Amino acid sequence: MSIKGKAYIAGIYEHPTRLARDLSLSQIHAEVAAGTLADAGLTIKDVDGYFCAGDAPGLGPMSMVDYLGLKVRHVDSTDVGGSSYVLHVGHAAEAIAAGKCRVALITLAGRPRAEGMATGTVPRSRGGTPTPDEPFEFPYGPTVVNMYAMCAMRHMHEFGTTSEQLAWIKVAASHHAQHNPHALLRDVVTVEDVVNSPVIADPLRRLDCCVITDGGGAIVVVAPEIAAKLKRPKVRLIGAGEAIKGQMGGKVDLTYSGARYSGPAAFAEAGVTPADIKYVSIYDSFTITVLMQLEDLGFAEKGKGGRLVADGNLISGVGKLPFNTDGGGLCSNHPGNRGGLTKVLEAVRQLRGEAHPAVQVKNCDLALAHGTGGSLGLRHGSATVILERE
Amino acid sequence: MAATERKLPAPAISPETEPYWQAASEGKLLVKRCQNCGETHHYPRSICPHCGSDRTEWTTASGVGTVYSYSVMRRAPVPYAVAYVTLAEGTTMFTNLVDCDLDRLSIGMKVRVVFKPTEGGPPLPCFTPA
Ligand SMILES: [Zn+2]
Repeated sequence: MSIKGKAYIAGIYEHPTRLARDLSLSQIHAEVAAGTLADAGLTIKDVDGYFCAGDAPGLGPMSMVDYLGLKVRHVDSTDVGGSSYVLHVGHAAEAIAAGKCRVALITLAGRPRAEGMATGTVPRSRGGTPTPDEPFEFPYGPTVVNMYAMCAMRHMHEFGTTSEQLAWIKVAASHHAQHNPHALLRDVVTVEDVVNSPVIADPLRRLDCCVITDGGGAIVVVAPEIAAKLKRPKVRLIGAGEAIKGQMGGKVDLTYSGARYSGPAAFAEAGVTPADIKYVSIYDSFTITVLMQLEDLGFAEKGKGGRLVADGNLISGVGKLPFNTDGGGLCSNHPGNRGGLTKVLEAVRQLRGEAHPAVQVKNCDLALAHGTGGSLGLRHGSATVILERE
Repeated sequence: MAATERKLPAPAISPETEPYWQAASEGKLLVKRCQNCGETHHYPRSICPHCGSDRTEWTTASGVGTVYSYSVMRRAPVPYAVAYVTLAEGTTMFTNLVDCDLDRLSIGMKVRVVFKPTEGGPPLPCFTPA
């Protein structure tokens, strides 16, 4: 069974806040749920499936379903870090195709800024029973930044990728973010600005990193018969793929991500190729994340991503592969340190023709959204969806 | 900026990996080898992640290897280098590069194991230029 054409994204919402000192975590979940249902033209009473990940307070969906007042017959709290919500879109389509629900609500919220969390630069132990890998990693001080940095270091070594090429990814994001009134960073930056920003973990610099923001977002995925009754432009899911990649028992290879598996699976299901895609939302925790995923998804040969992203090729209206036209995680928003959901949101805006006019891709009828969750240098989840305007 | 020495937290020890840490206390680096498929693996498991066999055995590694990748964490009270080191036995392990000039590290550098004390636990296998 394929999910192709079995489900539609009917509602999207991104919380405008980037600093949520006066909002509770559950309150943000409730606000984005209300926002996305209003966007779809549905109400909380219509929801019969609920999806959340590790950012939701409590044990999986129990507290949230009760708190939101939902009456659901299907739940899924698969947590693959920041890629969870991209994966949830695929899982929601599977559940809808199987008749397990018809209106699936996916929510994300977080407030790392308000909580003063040292997101990228301090090693974190999950607490409780250690994962099998933790004793062999945590004592050595892995952080978010230095683990992605090791991927960049190896990529540079094997393929000659340069800091300047990585910098172009931030430059492109900043060109888009200037048009987004909610973006945390709205100043256009240059390659020189990026490569002259302070090194955090070699070879990644401050401007190679994404923003740290509070906020959240939500998505409603619906069955075709529901979508047919709604007034919003129709965006249907035609392909989805997911994968987990880790250290492979010590056969470590930092040059590629799980997108090498999730991407082709999604393309095969959709029956399209990378050349057909008009717009891409690519997880951008760091510049290197974008470069590796673009290669693994098939937009460039392995090792040639540096040339693909350079010279403004990712800037809408300038280059051939417009990406993250909301400013992405690099400049606009990375709510709760989980950037997958906002990737889907901007892809839907592009397909609806509702992106900012300055960054709207012409005739955007086919888009891809991809998420990477966890740590690219340790182990991570990958999720890809391909969406089509009907 | 008072800190000059980095403290290493103790690893959590489980029955599955206790021999690894016991050996570390004796200055030896162990790797798991599978008698079924012949592959080594790291971190150590009772069941081989390459073939699923339970016929895994502890072997003493030579302690020499090469740097697969590394990164110096500059934004820390005491800068330090994380690395993946590929052992002569073929498996690659996550570690730290220590007792070295952090500005003179490179991929492919030959390194050898040294053991660094942790806070109340067994020492951690780290690597230093050979
Ligand atoms: Zn084996």
